[in-house]
Amino acid sequence: MNLLDHKGVPLEKQTFTWKEMVGKPISKLDDEAFTRVRVILMAGAELDAIRLSRVGARFQTDLRLPMAEIRRVEQHQATLINWLLSADHSPLETTIAYEQVAIEVTAAVAQQEPDDYLAQVYRFGLLEDFDHLYRYSALLDRLEGKDANNILQGHTDIVPGRPTADEHRHPKDDLRDPMGADAALVSKLHANLITGAEFQTHDYYMNIGPTFADPVARQLYAEIASIEEQHVTQYSALVDPQQSFLEQWLLHEATEVYGYYSCAESESNPRIKGIWERFCDYELGHLHHVAGLLQQYEKRDAAELLSEALTPIAFRSQRDFVRRVLDSEVNLRANGTQFVDPAQESQASLDYRRLINADGSPSTQIAEGYRWMSGTELNRQHLRRAA
Amino acid sequence: MHNQTSLGMNRTGAQMSPLDASRMEDFAESHSPELEDEMMAHEGIANLRADYGHEAEAVGTVPIPGTLTGAVTTGMAKLTGKKPEVLVDKLGERLAFERTGVRLYEALMDKLAAADGELKLPFSMDDLQHHHDEELEHMEWCAAALESIGADPSAQTPCADTVAVASGGIMQVLTDPRTTMAQCLNAMLTAELTDTASWELLIDLARESGQDNLAPQFEEALRHEKEHTQRVRKWLSRMVLDEAA
Repeated sequence: MNLLDHKGVPLEKQTFTWKEMVGKPISKLDDEAFTRVRVILMAGAELDAIRLSRVGARFQTDLRLPMAEIRRVEQHQATLINWLLSADHSPLETTIAYEQVAIEVTAAVAQQEPDDYLAQVYRFGLLEDFDHLYRYSALLDRLEGKDANNILQGHTDIVPGRPTADEHRHPKDDLRDPMGADAALVSKLHANLITGAEFQTHDYYMNIGPTFADPVARQLYAEIASIEEQHVTQYSALVDPQQSFLEQWLLHEATEVYGYYSCAESESNPRIKGIWERFCDYELGHLHHVAGLLQQYEKRDAAELLSEALTPIAFRSQRDFVRRVLDSEVNLRANGTQFVDPAQESQASLDYRRLINADGSPSTQIAEGYRWMSGTELNRQHLRRAA
Repeated sequence: MHNQTSLGMNRTGAQMSPLDASRMEDFAESHSPELEDEMMAHEGIANLRADYGHEAEAVGTVPIPGTLTGAVTTGMAKLTGKKPEVLVDKLGERLAFERTGVRLYEALMDKLAAADGELKLPFSMDDLQHHHDEELEHMEWCAAALESIGADPSAQTPCADTVAVASGGIMQVLTDPRTTMAQCLNAMLTAELTDTASWELLIDLARESGQDNLAPQFEEALRHEKEHTQRVRKWLSRMVLDEAA
């Protein structure tokens, strides 16, 4: 795909009704897990677009109106997508799906990322979200009596990754080296996409954590939300801070085009595929609109930034890759912007971790002796008794 | 309206991807901690819950009847027992549950109206209306009983709060456009069974609290609720068995 080959739908023709925004949800039971993965990923991308625009508007005067106009469409796109999640998903089941997004999409991105350092950053983060899935699966089993694999549908393993208790780091060890102006287009889009997904995950946990009554769940959400904040710090640090706001805005619109294009290429549900295609056209409209602003205000041609061809993100189980990374990199830790052996971890992170885990580790406690089994761990007890 | 149980592409369960599930189990077996003692695994959770339990404050309190106005009602004067607030709390709970019950029947009636006569059902709109009206009547009786002992029927008591948490899923089932009538009746049965048991308790509590005058009306409510439970159970049973036959 070349981002500038199609003009898309002009902004003034991008309209919605409430009935359209609140349409038929997907089926938790019958739809493919990767349909839900795409829904969550693109809701995150839209919410991140709104976030970038809102922050940007605080520093702009001339761009306020076009930003507000595009933001309004993005608000309604985010609504339509997020409302595809059916009401029979408990917040904890949705959490399992969020972690599946973080694992499978980050693994796909890590493999197609051309820059070695950036790929390493994704693999590093991936193993932490992988551990979160294990901890939340234990919570789902032990609190609600449910099997996380009914959400994961056999695509994603449920075993410990880098232990969540060890993921707590000093902020200085969460920063990463930003990419330079010469970075590949796809690298810039990856960083935006994963940052948006992690930001959404952080906000989701912050909102639903306190809706649980059980202190075990409240503590686990508090702990993992803190790691998600670290992840947002990590991934957003990758973005080149030397870029102008308009350039960042243009690249964010390009990220959304790329996301919808990738979703449309792989979607198995024809109705949902239609949504991805429609929104891909809407985003192309946004992209060309912002390209016009870049020309107007900075006298720059968007083609300088967007001319590379893109291949779609693979939405499929990355089990073998994740297992390899788990096997070889689970012991890595961070020191400053670099990844190191545990012995070289910074004293600041060790001190911070000791302090924050001083009253116990919620993620360790919930998963004490947890070993996933189809039909929940109670099934193992049942089988033992039967034997 | 979709009202049938049907076979289809349900993707949950190990049988949908037996090879993947088997690989996952093998990997979990080799990469997860061994569970030496099942009880120990739960011990940490139990301890944490206990810790918080010891430190916890109550969900809330029962408002003190009559103190703000200074008025002491006849009913209040007759209140017996060491803790009359228990009666106020449980009356508040019943009031809240019956009020929600009215809304539950409204949602069920909306579902039935949406079916537009397409469905062959063992009950009619009039049947649902009848239950709805009685729930409303019970709500009014609870409000009047609270007023008679000087309590505020507009306040939310702790038991009113927790019973709403407990029954929160029922409305989710009823208002989901995808659910069948049988799934909705199943949810309503939860409400009606709770209703019946709760009125039985409330009658005993009213007597224990020196409010014998409330008992006849409450016994009538119990008769209604027993009838609701019996009918909802019968409708549900008929629908499920007929579909399976």
